[in-house]
Amino acid sequence: MAVSASRIASRQIANLVFAGFCILFTAFALAALAAILWSLASQGIGGVNLAILTQDTPAAGSTGGGLRNAIVGSILMGVEAMSIAIVVGVLAGTWLAEYSGQSRYGSLIRFLNDVLLSAPSILVGLFVYQLLVERTIGHFSGIAGGVALALIAAPVITRTTEDVLNLQPTALRESGIALGTPVWTVTRSILWRAAGSGMLTGILLAFARISGETAPLLFTALGNLNFSTDMMQPMANLPKVIFDFALSADDNWRRLAWVGSLLIAATVLAITIIARAFAKEPNRS
Amino acid sequence: MTTIAPEAPRVHADDVSVATIDSSRIKLDIQGLDFFYGKGQALKSVSMSVARNSVTALIGPSGCGKSTLLRTLNRMYALYPGQRATGRIMLDGEDILRNGVNLAMLRAKIGMVFQKPTPFPMSIYDNVAFGVRLYENLSKSELADRIEESLRRAALWDEVKDKLHASGLGLSGGQQQRLCVARCIAVKPEILLLDEPTSALDPISSAKLEETVTQLKSDYTIVIVTHNLGQAARLSNYTGFMYLGELVEFGETAGMFTKPVTKRASDYITGRFG
Repeated sequence: MAVSASRIASRQIANLVFAGFCILFTAFALAALAAILWSLASQGIGGVNLAILTQDTPAAGSTGGGLRNAIVGSILMGVEAMSIAIVVGVLAGTWLAEYSGQSRYGSLIRFLNDVLLSAPSILVGLFVYQLLVERTIGHFSGIAGGVALALIAAPVITRTTEDVLNLQPTALRESGIALGTPVWTVTRSILWRAAGSGMLTGILLAFARISGETAPLLFTALGNLNFSTDMMQPMANLPKVIFDFALSADDNWRRLAWVGSLLIAATVLAITIIARAFAKEPNRS
Repeated sequence: MTTIAPEAPRVHADDVSVATIDSSRIKLDIQGLDFFYGKGQALKSVSMSVARNSVTALIGPSGCGKSTLLRTLNRMYALYPGQRATGRIMLDGEDILRNGVNLAMLRAKIGMVFQKPTPFPMSIYDNVAFGVRLYENLSKSELADRIEESLRRAALWDEVKDKLHASGLGLSGGQQQRLCVARCIAVKPEILLLDEPTSALDPISSAKLEETVTQLKSDYTIVIVTHNLGQAARLSNYTGFMYLGELVEFGETAGMFTKPVTKRASDYITGRFG
């Protein structure tokens, strides 16, 4: 068959056009990201000082002060949320991928998890408010805040755990089974290890997702102007402080809001980079 | 000794010839085995014997049931609901298809190596130690000895002895496959099932693996599924030819490749179909 030069030329043009679009929109997305990081850095870094870590949120109209109560509160609730979400998410994702098979319970739970994954976070906050704040504990608390965040993080971990386990070849499972290994041991010692970096990515995604969540904390942890590590009491947290301070007319408060935003972004970035570096290690020597 | 069923002259397209093996040499005896994937039947009343300390090859076109047959021998199919086998498979006088067979113990006795190498995501040492640790409580030095012995038998020791604690995933495909063989024999099984073990390997790695299999056959009963007729001829003592879920011809390899009894086996071996 004859080679048509015009057809080849038109294909090359089409290729160039599509490649051009890809590059353009990638650049667009990266530019937006860069703009966000730049404004955070340029507005936030100027406000950073030691008092941020050593002093609590100031009253309106005063100078100085820091974010100690909010940082500690965010860390405590983040640890609580991630401890719950990792256990629940990893086990649920593992069950969906390895044990549920084609059963109807499996597809039902997968569907419900997807619903939860896209549920508006304010609804999660209201749910925990009803469950813990109003009916069980009786007032706002750090515990309730952690539970609300866990409800948002767990579906993300469940989903990614299931997905990366499904990517593992059947032959890998079977070769474990063929040695006489119990299914649970194959899952734990072989599959989790093989899927480890993907599961870690899911956990980080979940952490990133909750680190800036404000709505669920409004109804649960509320906030606290003072330093407190009592999880049974209302607890300060960075997103709520940013929410309150960023919109105020007080220059000092707005400075602290920028610093808080920078802190959250920097933490997520740092944890992601560190974990990525570790996640690469186990495969090849 | 093998006796060929005498009533099978080479005329009918559906003739069948299954040789019997002297009962004192039988390790595995498959009797009237049917296998179903849901409603589809993949094996039709397969009966054959596997002789002790020898290599039995299963050949036949794709989809004929060779791998299915292999996967009934360690009951791998039991992992999947909807797959079931009926009939009997006697191992040392015990029916392994019976309910209540301890599958872990069965699989410790019957090792399996797969088409694609499947090293576990851990060090070479831990790969080989994995199965051993499931069954035995060895001291550190005993375990190290077992690992060295297994790697030597799999003809991999010289290539990996200086990097036992490096990841098994860093080895070449052929080395990975021999690592899987070592992992398998470290548990000290009696039977080895090899499911097209060289189909993902280059010719040199395949030759090395074949050499390994040849060395192993004095101590193990080996069943190998292969698409490579030359490999079946080189390695095996007995060959079974399968077609559409049926065992068409089974007998000594030498006889099968020089003078097949059935028309279908003859056509397949001479390359007329498949």
